[in-house]
Amino acid sequence: MNLASHFSYWITLFLMVAGLFIVIARGNLIKKLVGLGIFQTSVYLLYIAPGKLIGGTAPILAEGFKVYSNPLPHVLILTAIVVGVATLALGLALVVRIREAYDTIEEDEILLQDHARETEAPFER
Amino acid sequence: METLIINVLLAMMALAVVILARSRNLFAVVVLGGVYSFLMATVLVALDAVDVAMTEAAVGAGISTVLLLGALHLCKSEEAKPIHRPWLPLAVACGTAAVLAYGTLGLPAFSDPQAPIHTHVAPRYLAEALAATGVPNVVTAVLASYRGFDTLGETTVVFTAGAGVIALLRRRKKNGERRPAETDFPGERQP
Repeated sequence: MNLASHFSYWITLFLMVAGLFIVIARGNLIKKLVGLGIFQTSVYLLYIAPGKLIGGTAPILAEGFKVYSNPLPHVLILTAIVVGVATLALGLALVVRIREAYDTIEEDEILLQDHARETEAPFER
Repeated sequence: METLIINVLLAMMALAVVILARSRNLFAVVVLGGVYSFLMATVLVALDAVDVAMTEAAVGAGISTVLLLGALHLCKSEEAKPIHRPWLPLAVACGTAAVLAYGTLGLPAFSDPQAPIHTHVAPRYLAEALAATGVPNVVTAVLASYRGFDTLGETTVVFTAGAGVIALLRRRKKNGERRPAETDFPGERQP
């Protein structure tokens, strides 16, 4: 094992962990969703990078080509991309609703408002 | 040479994500997200996944960026300063990274023709897809023919998400045409 043979795995892993970090550490809801998107897209690399063969070509059958990359991960990830954008759209719709209700999209301020309301009038809910 | 191109593009993606994580302006974050998606599409072309690259460029870099910009239009575009230092999330992320890195040591090397991914299901698809479906693009053949039910399920997911978005963003016109954002005290719903 040397650096070149596993480099793609490690970059994938870095992107995954960076996405996880943004989701946990950042309080802004839109930034959290961008982080979630990075987390999702890192998985694309995890699936597709191992399917590549150096010297091969895209899996479109034609005369004169023998080596093709693996088509199955491509199919799975095509589905994942579309599901990813559906998740993003739903998340953003939730953010817009939260903004309407709380007038902020910072997690800390939302929790502060919730806390203030609970201590002010604990039984009027 | 091919490996070098892929590795340089991957390093650029990592760089884009580092800048994105440090940036506090949400507009810059969204644009960097678009840059990241285009880099991802380029890497996918280099990895011979042309169908995925096209979808990623159109959906990941196009539609996602437009959706995020639309949401930014409705919200503030500056992120507040964090109250506490992110030591705990950093520790969680580093711990996860360490475990995953240990896991990669058992994986086959990049582009190893003897790896299980290249010796099991794929050769059958490549050998039989043209005769079985008549479509030379194997990805299309698998997507629409062999695994057509997956694609049907995907459509269901998109439909559900669309219904959810409409349900969330529909304007409620109760209490004399007042929208929730215009209540006197933010966060208080009219009874």
